[in-house]
Amino acid sequence: MAEAVRAQHLRTYGQIAWLWIRAAWQYPTSFVLLAVGNGLITGLDFVGLWIMFAHLDNLAGFSLHEVALLYGSASLALGIADTAIGSVERIGTYIRTGRLDQMLTKPVPLLVQVCADQFTLRRLGRLTQASIVFGWACTYVDWTPLKLVVAVSMLVSGGLVFFGLFVGFSCVQFWTQDATEFANAFTYGGATITQYPLNIFPRELLVGLTFVIPVAFVNWYPCLYLLGRSDPTGMPDALRFASPLAGLVTMAAALIVWRSGVRHYTSTGS
Amino acid sequence: MLHVAIATRAFRRYSTYRAATLAGIFTNSVFGIIYSYAYLAVWDANPTAGGYDAQDAVTYVWLGQALLMTIALWGGGTTDDLAERIRTGDVAIDLYRPVGIIGWYLASDLGRAAYHLLTRGFGPTLIGLVIFHISLPPSFSTAGAFAVSLVLAGVVSFAIRFLVASTAFWLLDQSGVKVMSGAFAIFFSGMMLPLVLFPGWLGTVANALPWASYVQVPADIWLGKHTGVDLVAALGFQLVWAAVLLTACQGVLRLATRKVVVQGG
Repeated sequence: MAEAVRAQHLRTYGQIAWLWIRAAWQYPTSFVLLAVGNGLITGLDFVGLWIMFAHLDNLAGFSLHEVALLYGSASLALGIADTAIGSVERIGTYIRTGRLDQMLTKPVPLLVQVCADQFTLRRLGRLTQASIVFGWACTYVDWTPLKLVVAVSMLVSGGLVFFGLFVGFSCVQFWTQDATEFANAFTYGGATITQYPLNIFPRELLVGLTFVIPVAFVNWYPCLYLLGRSDPTGMPDALRFASPLAGLVTMAAALIVWRSGVRHYTSTGS
Repeated sequence: MLHVAIATRAFRRYSTYRAATLAGIFTNSVFGIIYSYAYLAVWDANPTAGGYDAQDAVTYVWLGQALLMTIALWGGGTTDDLAERIRTGDVAIDLYRPVGIIGWYLASDLGRAAYHLLTRGFGPTLIGLVIFHISLPPSFSTAGAFAVSLVLAGVVSFAIRFLVASTAFWLLDQSGVKVMSGAFAIFFSGMMLPLVLFPGWLGTVANALPWASYVQVPADIWLGKHTGVDLVAALGFQLVWAAVLLTACQGVLRLATRKVVVQGG
């Protein structure tokens, strides 16, 4: 029964998403430029790292292809989460314009509607670019069956962690309507942090990134395993396999926050 | 006088959203902290990269965060209003006002920039000063030159954003071009990585493009890297780009006006 309901929700999500893709095609030039532009932003991001390495042999002991593995895996995870649910950042606008009221009257879960709304394929730009970087970095890894499992679970868990962060922090907008940028510090800030080896940060910050905003699980711990490196900060080795747990916990926490946010919601009346 | 009035109104309009401003300062500061540690790691591995030392690098990070909104690096600002008015056709009203359309939007964008400088500019700078002890301009005259450079940076950025918004005359929707131009602005302004690190021909090209006047030129002035003739040349570089781009705005607007008339508004 629950299975059937979930499948139904996924189908609805797909339908709404398809609607928005067709809507975006009404301005084809803009659509193409947006996709290229998004790929460019993330592409230039990596060019930035590459230029940095023109001046260095290693960043805090990590070579370019090792940093590329960190960068590519985090960017992929972010791309997956952002494509699927990036629109959740906009709930402040829905509240202000009263659209959330309309959504609440429809027989589809609010979270599905909000996430699928204004679905955009332009984020494919990031996914493509991230896949290329990740693929290149992967050629330097000495693969074993277990490493393969860790790599796949890293991408899925990373997606879940970002899903949790985006949904959870967007809920801030149920309480305050125009402080949306506050969430960016944790979502995009978290994403930016994952581009670097985390041993460049002070240890207290690393502990925070492990247990409070768990972005360290997106790529840092599993990548240490893939690269066969000992943890330069001396954190327990067990953390390398804890990403799925971190992903599930983050997502569960986000859903609880979402639920209490929706309960707290009172219409603006406009 | 009229333009001052327009600028003041824009300043007030942006100052309505207090919580948004605070949230923005918080976010800029978080990014400032992240990049500071990243740059400290880079300059730890190569203490003279690009002719900066670690202190210069960290100062540069916080200046970048302070300028992000002030110079509207990602695009946006009052030119977004223009793009929307082109899409809806309301621009026809702007065109027959007895005030030049470029002057109108430039004034209101400078009003916006002034507000963002006072909040999103000073906020992160203060936090960088407290946490990372960033450098201040070495002298009053440097600070003055920095102020001039900031205004020129604002004008260059406005002109580019105006051109981007004008593409809506032909494409109806500026968002694609805006994202592209934002990507270039972030990369070539030195926001992502100081242009002093760009190697060889890439560095030469990046330093000659108008985007260099957004962050790299003002930051180098702040850091005291330009003095005497060099300083005049740096400001002149910004001034030339401002003049060239504003002239381009003028030309594009003339072409576009013809199109609006053909469409019948």
